[in-house]
Order: sequence, then C-alpha cells, then structure tokens
Amino acid sequence: MTDDYQDGNALAGPLAELFAVDVTAATGRCVSCGDTRRVADLRVYGHAQGWVARCPSCEHVILRLVRAPDAAWLDLQGTTSLRVPLPPV
Amino acid sequence: MGIVSPGFRRRRHDADVQLPPGQYLTEDFPVLSAGPTPNISLDRWEFTIASETGQEYRWTWDELLELPAEEPTVDIHCVTKWSKLATTWRGVSLDLLMEDVDTTADYALAHCYGGYTTNLPLEDLLDGRAWVVYEFDGSELAPQHGGPARLLVPHLYFWKSAKWVRGLQLMEFDEPGFWEGVGYHNYGDPWREQRYAGD
Repeated sequence: MTDDYQDGNALAGPLAELFAVDVTAATGRCVSCGDTRRVADLRVYGHAQGWVARCPSCEHVILRLVRAPDAAWLDLQGTTSLRVPLPPV
Repeated sequence: MGIVSPGFRRRRHDADVQLPPGQYLTEDFPVLSAGPTPNISLDRWEFTIASETGQEYRWTWDELLELPAEEPTVDIHCVTKWSKLATTWRGVSLDLLMEDVDTTADYALAHCYGGYTTNLPLEDLLDGRAWVVYEFDGSELAPQHGGPARLLVPHLYFWKSAKWVRGLQLMEFDEPGFWEGVGYHNYGDPWREQRYAGD
C-alpha cells in the first residue's frame, strides 16, 4: 500500500545485530536530495524480502538490509555518511 | 467410455502438490513492497525495450492492449517461502514484444516505475516463459500487485516478476538488480532453492 511503512525505529532490532551502537540515533545525508535525517526518521518498508529505508523527503533508498540464515547484507549507498553519536572519550 | 468421465478432475490437495524445497502453500496473495506504490497514469504509461545499441522499441498502454493476449495459468513462488498455485493472468508474451527487436544481448535488466530493477538472462524471458501482464484472476491488476502492468516470470522466484514494469534494458553483460545487489541470488531458481547469493 502507498503508506504502508514504519519509521526508522523499526531498524533498531535488525541493526543491533550488526552494530554495537544504536544506529537509529545516527544521522545520515541523503545522496539524492541532501536532506539530513536520523535513521529513526526514515520510512522503512519491511513488508518485503528485506528492510528498505527511504528518505522521507524524496523517497530515495537510503539503506537496504537483507538477513539470510547465516549472513546479513547492508547497503548504505543512499547516504553520504552516518554520524553516530558516542559518549565523550 | 471409460470409468472416469472426461470432465472429471481430481481436486488438488496439499499432499498431492509438489512444491519447490522450503516453500509452503498459501491461498492468499501477500503483498511485498520495497517502497510506496507508484501512481501511474495510463495516458503516460509506456513500455520500452532498449537494445544494447541504444535502439528503443516503445508501446503505449493502448498499443499494449491491442496486441494479441495470452492467459497463462501458472504457479508462483515467493522467496519469503509462500507459493500460490494455478494463478491466472492475462497479458502479452515477451516473445511477441521481442519479435522485431534486433539484439545479440544475453541479459536484461527490468526497470520499473518507482525505481525497482531486477536482472535476468534474456533467454529466461523467451520461449513462452515470460509475459507483461495487466490482469490477474479475471480483473485488472491491482496497484499493490503491480498494476497497471507487471512482469510475470513464474519459473523464477517472484521478485523477478517485477511490479510496475516500464521497460527492459538489453545488455551484453549482467548487472545485478535491486535485490540481487544486496544478497539475493542472481538467478533465483525456486526448484534449486537459490534464495541468497552463494546458494
């Protein structure tokens, strides 16, 4: 359905398996429109054979995550970088 | 006259049905989408085949409907493990659409409204094995199932039957599509259970 998506917090569980930090708190810049958003604010289409997170402004694909039984694939082509907040050192 | 009348057909029970490995039977038609359902105006809809030399062959919506249609009844198999049997479709064979296309390409990349792509060997789109379909179960194809038109390549996992298809790009070299580039099998034969890269 046209609006059948969740917000980026839906990625907290699947991404926690790959990253020690909570990536949903990270901010990324869309390679298509330049909008900077928290991962938690992306539109996540999870009714598919993987998770697809899109930019809320332009619908460009920011992140794709596929989980096979013995591996995961993460594609971040849609973001120029991720800024991950960390405790001060 | 034989004991069994010609009109008799044995009902297909689950136990009688042979499914590809790892699949289960469903009567529903689950909707899988990697993005919003695109709004596609039929006035502006077109299907394009672009050859490896850059030559383009185009059909408008009306031109597609004027072509001789076929009504394939096929089993479909989704990589998320559901299978649906004896689904009925109406559309145009890729053999017909490719008839006048001058190409020596070995591969095709299907492009869709909304940006989705999927790659296939060109030979898998020919010989009565693939269609551009615009009806499902006697009704126009619903947008959530890929309407106004989708690719139907039932001998491969259903992600290859691209929803909202708008064209084929013919290529000398293979190029992974949307899911094939992020872990899914490049070919996707359900009978060999080719779900993920390396299967």
